[in-house]
Amino acid sequence: MRIVAKGLKYVYNPKSPFASTALDGVDIEIKEGEFFGIIGHTGSGKSTFVQHLNALLKVSEGYLKIGEYDLAEKKCNFLELRSKVGMVFQYPEYQLFAETVEKDVAFGLKNFRKELNEEETRAAVKEALETVGLDWNAVKDASPFELSGGQKRRVAIAGVIVTKPEILILDEPAAGLDPLGKKELMELLHSIHGGWCKTIVIVSHDMDEIAENCTRAAVFSAGKVVMEGKPSEIFSRADELLSLGLDIPVTAKCARILQSRGIKIGTDFTCDDFVKQVLALRGKGGERDDE
Amino acid sequence: MMNDVTFGQYYPAKSFVHSMDPRAKIVLSIAYIVAIFLANNFFGLAAVTLFLVIAVAFSRVPAGSVLRSVKMILFVIVFTAVLNLFFYSSSDELHVLVKWWVITISWESIINMIFLAMRLFLLVLGTSVLTLTTTPVALTDGIESLLTPLKWIRFPVHELALIMSIALRFIPTLIDETNRIVSAQKARGANFETGGLIKRAKAMIPVLVPLLVSAFRRAEDLGDAMDARCYSGSKGRTKYKKLTFGWRDAIGLLLLAGLITGVVFLNIYFGGKFAILNYFL
Repeated sequence: MRIVAKGLKYVYNPKSPFASTALDGVDIEIKEGEFFGIIGHTGSGKSTFVQHLNALLKVSEGYLKIGEYDLAEKKCNFLELRSKVGMVFQYPEYQLFAETVEKDVAFGLKNFRKELNEEETRAAVKEALETVGLDWNAVKDASPFELSGGQKRRVAIAGVIVTKPEILILDEPAAGLDPLGKKELMELLHSIHGGWCKTIVIVSHDMDEIAENCTRAAVFSAGKVVMEGKPSEIFSRADELLSLGLDIPVTAKCARILQSRGIKIGTDFTCDDFVKQVLALRGKGGERDDE
Repeated sequence: MMNDVTFGQYYPAKSFVHSMDPRAKIVLSIAYIVAIFLANNFFGLAAVTLFLVIAVAFSRVPAGSVLRSVKMILFVIVFTAVLNLFFYSSSDELHVLVKWWVITISWESIINMIFLAMRLFLLVLGTSVLTLTTTPVALTDGIESLLTPLKWIRFPVHELALIMSIALRFIPTLIDETNRIVSAQKARGANFETGGLIKRAKAMIPVLVPLLVSAFRRAEDLGDAMDARCYSGSKGRTKYKKLTFGWRDAIGLLLLAGLITGVVFLNIYFGGKFAILNYFL
């Protein structure tokens, strides 16, 4: 399913002294199969935008279509849409509620697919928990509140992917995780991407994460999309990003330092490629231009 | 979903009422409520309404925002009004209009219903003027200051005010949190909009449990943060904003004294609320 937004606008608390424009005409297209990154400041409208994709915020002005679903249409089947577009919120572990992990993960499945019987539900829950890397026998009867932070997050993600959504949206999925946890989470996302989960959209502050993982990305600023393209294209415009008050990946920072010394380097800003390009300079580009 | 709860929501503006001393506003509100209950005929209520209109006009809060505060308790008003209409017993058999089973509708019950509904409306509107023009912090400061005499009997006034201001401070935070959890559960297919009462109450469990957990987490964090700043109660604490009683407050109190006198006078002059019947029947 393809996501197309045109002129999408949204105002919080309209017609009150607290009115604030969150989206001010967003045009974006996310094709099926992409691993799409959304970058932006706090308050740039990125979270508001992704909440539209799940019909949690109704389209108030503009056009938004996901596959066959026209979200501006009142008669749109939102429940069906939500089963196909999974949404993982920021700090998803704060939404756990059931007595056992199994019941919590089954919650979404039972809401969306009432026709499933006990065994089918259990099989799906088991598969989801194993996908996120948890030991089924160890956690199924545990209370979600007894688990560690990282495990809680995995359970929460399992609770979303249990319905096997075609599009998975994650708002700051790695926030608050340690480096290893972040790495494992990204590996998990890559392992489901391309299978039943065709498109992944992540919102992130971490530019390295975007550079490493995304096929394409968009930069939000003041409710608009100001840049869109491959991470390599976006991060080669480092000055613009910095002037927007955003960060750039470590690789881009290194490339800038090299450039200031007169060494040009062509890279797509992933770590592997950057190292490869730097090593390739050995012997030839290693000398400075002024020498 | 919950953003339209106006009750207790501060409306930022610069106005006569906004810059009054919160203590004066609290006293005025209490006196206003007394005036509502003192009034025993429609002329008295009209005088109270006039006072309310003046207060709203000088607060620069749009009338719509003030009226929205009624929405929450509209059900209560309609419910009590209907009960009064059906079950208020008339002393005069001649005034009875409909009599069926246990239900009796009379001229008296109609008047009583209108009178009661008006009272409740005025009550809610008046108190929401207070909360719309006073920040929660100013409000608790005012209450703390007004309750100071109770310190003599070792009543923990400061602690009470602190509890209140914390509670008020966290209402918006918890509303945000609720909205977030509701969104998250909706994304997992939760349905809060349809179904019977029991089904809907059950549907709230996935929201209430995480909300409670997060409230406890926040309480613990706040306690730690206060400890880290060596908070130790009211002893030796000074105030950043000192409350001062000014000319605006004097005008407000004078106006209200006038209102109460007026209401008492109207009560004596025109008699009870049913006196109006004598003109028509």
